[in-house]
Amino acid sequence: MTPVTSDTLPGGKHWSLVMWRNSRLKLTDIDGGANVGMLFYNPYNLLERYNAPDTLKCQHSFKLVAGHCLYSDMGRIFCSIVADSFGWHETICGNSTKSSVRSKWGQSSYQADRNDWLQNGHDSFLVEAAKYGLGRRDLASSVNWFSKVVVADDGAVSLDAGAAKPGASVELRFEMDTLVLFHTCPHPLNASANYPRKKVRFDIFDGPPASVDDPNRLSAAENARGFENNRIFHIGCCAGDHP
Amino acid sequence: MIKPSPLEASAAHYRKIVPAGDYWMHVVRAGETFRIVDLEGNQAVDTLFFNADDPAEHYSASDTIREQANIYLTTGTVLRSDLCRPMLTITADLVGRHDTIGGACSTESNTVRYALEKKSMHACRDSFLLAIADNDHYGLTKRDIAHNINFFMNVPVTRDGGLEFADGLSAPGKYVEMLAEMNVIVLISNCPQLNNPCNAYNPTPIEVLIWGAGP
Repeated sequence: MTPVTSDTLPGGKHWSLVMWRNSRLKLTDIDGGANVGMLFYNPYNLLERYNAPDTLKCQHSFKLVAGHCLYSDMGRIFCSIVADSFGWHETICGNSTKSSVRSKWGQSSYQADRNDWLQNGHDSFLVEAAKYGLGRRDLASSVNWFSKVVVADDGAVSLDAGAAKPGASVELRFEMDTLVLFHTCPHPLNASANYPRKKVRFDIFDGPPASVDDPNRLSAAENARGFENNRIFHIGCCAGDHP
Repeated sequence: MIKPSPLEASAAHYRKIVPAGDYWMHVVRAGETFRIVDLEGNQAVDTLFFNADDPAEHYSASDTIREQANIYLTTGTVLRSDLCRPMLTITADLVGRHDTIGGACSTESNTVRYALEKKSMHACRDSFLLAIADNDHYGLTKRDIAHNINFFMNVPVTRDGGLEFADGLSAPGKYVEMLAEMNVIVLISNCPQLNNPCNAYNPTPIEVLIWGAGP
């Protein structure tokens, strides 16, 4: 399939876009070791937003992989993970912050470093969120794509740096119109000696809606009910193109 | 880590029983100690904290997990805000492990987890929303309802990345206790969930107690 548009976000930057229902967003970690922090909102009711706990508990999973759906706090599916060559993305550790970046990688300013300044995930989300009238109170636990965080028996969490895979990609199909905020700042548990600057390509595709036998829909009874919530949400819209 | 408290219940200046399905919203001042007692065992106590002097600052599960590099809450855990500041510190715990990944039940998430017909069953997020409406002087809205703590819930993560609501480690009379590091608004939904075996399908009352700051 040919992308409608393709772009690359350098490491340590942020952006946002609205993805329309049935469109697809493919992220590629070109060099390996990237992190993409991501949050989702309903553009027509910004109070409906991505909910990591709801997403994890209804699919009985700590990690996000192909077959999973990402849920809003209103029981609807923002997007489905339709392809994934990485195999373990996390959604509980949150963001790097101004102080954590400074303590790991030193003081940085725009005056001194121009656009090589060391940005952080939390402030990146604040900037993108503000473009839509959202603020600090609206941030939630984000997805961190391409970051494999494992949990030991005693609950200790660690980032598996060995999971980095050049060329790894993950593809999302949006099941409703969705505002997407994202950044390419380092994962908060990244312990690299130098601030990692890992660019990420993003390709956007048009595509068909999920079929009645779609693998994400059939991956769990919970997801079948999530798709039904989306179908009800869209009644009267879009000429009924949603099975 | 399991650690009993030296405080006597009889010395608490505030004690209240909170029935299952109710909310409890109360300010705990910096320096005061706050205890939740699981009166009958394996009750889920969905809890949020707000900075009482600036309620826009709220408890953050991800900041708390990230800073201690551990998903479980117990004695010694610093409960942090979305500005990564200490809100409370857990000073005593008879359970050893509390959850902050599982979030709160809602009518909408119940439709996904259990059945579409369950949408009118009472749920924690309804209690949260009623609490902030009844107490609108705090200026809180739905956007402030962030990811919560589930005191007394055991939600282990497996090595291959699975997540389960396991049998509870709690039991009748077990408690968790914390010292307020700032003035906090405590918002509890004493979980009404009837669909999950984690509470034996039987939501039960809790007791909350507060002791004054030391001399």
